[in-house]
Amino acid sequence: MSSSRFVITVIGIDRVGIVAGITSVMANHNVNIVDISQTIMQNLFTMIMLAEVKDENFDLFAFQNSMAEEGRRLGVEVKVQHEDAFTCMHRI
Amino acid sequence: MLIHPEEILQTIQMVTTENLDIRTVTMGINLRDCSHPDIDELNANIYEKITTYAKDLVEVTDEISRLYGVPIVNKRISVTPVSIVAEASKCDDFVSIAQTMDKAASKVGVDFIGGFSALVHKGITPGDLKLINSIPQALATTEKVCSSVNVATTHAGINMDAVALMGKIIKKTASLTAERDGIGCAKLVVFANAPEDNPFMAGAFHGVGEPDCAINVGVSGPGVVNAAVRALKNPTLNEIAETIKKTAFKITRMGEKVGREVSSRLNAQFGVLDLSLAPTPAVGDSVAAILEAMGLERCGTHGTTAALAMLNDAVKKGGSMASSSVGGLSGAFIPVSEDAGMIRAVQEGSLSLEKLEAMTSVCSVGLDMIAVPGDTSESTISAIIADEMAIGIINSKTTAVRLIPAPGKQVGDEVEFGGLLGRAPVMAVNPFSSEKFISRGGKIPAPIQALNN
Repeated sequence: MSSSRFVITVIGIDRVGIVAGITSVMANHNVNIVDISQTIMQNLFTMIMLAEVKDENFDLFAFQNSMAEEGRRLGVEVKVQHEDAFTCMHRI
Repeated sequence: MLIHPEEILQTIQMVTTENLDIRTVTMGINLRDCSHPDIDELNANIYEKITTYAKDLVEVTDEISRLYGVPIVNKRISVTPVSIVAEASKCDDFVSIAQTMDKAASKVGVDFIGGFSALVHKGITPGDLKLINSIPQALATTEKVCSSVNVATTHAGINMDAVALMGKIIKKTASLTAERDGIGCAKLVVFANAPEDNPFMAGAFHGVGEPDCAINVGVSGPGVVNAAVRALKNPTLNEIAETIKKTAFKITRMGEKVGREVSSRLNAQFGVLDLSLAPTPAVGDSVAAILEAMGLERCGTHGTTAALAMLNDAVKKGGSMASSSVGGLSGAFIPVSEDAGMIRAVQEGSLSLEKLEAMTSVCSVGLDMIAVPGDTSESTISAIIADEMAIGIINSKTTAVRLIPAPGKQVGDEVEFGGLLGRAPVMAVNPFSSEKFISRGGKIPAPIQALNN
């Protein structure tokens, strides 16, 4: 793996507390936000974050599960994917 | 942010709504070191080697799938053609080897295991013959085993004795799995110019020029190409070709990333990336739908061969730019039963066996997953194979036949295989006989490779 950076996408109906809920799960897993962008696309709240993990023993599986669970609570879809999934496809 | 939000959302959309997937991660395993005169020893060696090498395949593949957020639909194994591995064994049939492969595949949790195969394009050894004669029973008594027989190459011509034999074997395979509409035949492919590193079933085997262990990845995405073509506003054909190329590039890059990561974690050599548009029964995930998006009212009508030629070529161009490890079949598949658009085209009378044959001359593989009436004669099946092999050797390309003579079924009936294999309307074959031609035996000599007109 060339880096331990992850792209986190949150898509769903806008409501109060989405950013707070998602970022607190990230803080609990010691995941740092490098960049964040937020927009409304086709009436859907869309938040994209670039996150970084420094911990060598980072448990991606557990983090993905906690994020998905928080997403279900907030009624939004949350995906955590390694940055390379996007760079390989869109950058030569 | 290095990656634009629109690009991120495009990738996510490809996966969530357009059925982009890594169709298969296939581990090729060399079994030549398993040979033994005693069949029980041979089986023990094969079981041991497969379960050792592929022990972590499923777990690692699932890890990578989660890491990149892209589904990996199948995990598979391909092995050295069993006729080579078992040639030295002193026994009359090789059915127990297929059963051993099946057991090993279940043990490591893979979906399919290919390589119950023989390469007989120039002649048949005693081991080859035992293997071929074991195919019907092997496929009837196993779940995950796939079989293939290469009967022709551009360099050797067509072994018509083998073609005649395969007509009989296909019929017998259908009759032994008659209670499931002849599903055994869905796991049996007859090849011309078979690639040694193809990750797709049923034709995967681990060729003799391959390393001890290799990871070959099959990427699919007809749905993504279909959506990309349909998003164009009144495009010219050049623009369509360009869009297909770019889309194929993106899909291939994802496959390459997955393949390299899986092979590095398994300490196996990365073999090839095979970008083949392999349709699934899901709506829109269809090669026929792409051809129709290009402007054909229905797949199979006049112009279909031209449209398919352009599609196949653009896919290859995009794929080979994206990765230096492109191999296998790489192109567009046209399996009838697995493609909702093809099924509709057959049902509405737009697509016939003859048109499919023409289409195979410009796309990857061949007459694939086609159900024909159960009473189709052995020689007619052999003759269909011979036609397809001729297209392969003359055009120096891989062609294949995977026909299902569905027991008890007639034109207008339908056979249902379920899952990725889908359902197939039974198609008409030419009622006139090819018996005398097939019964002559011998070989069709290798074609001249000059004076190409």
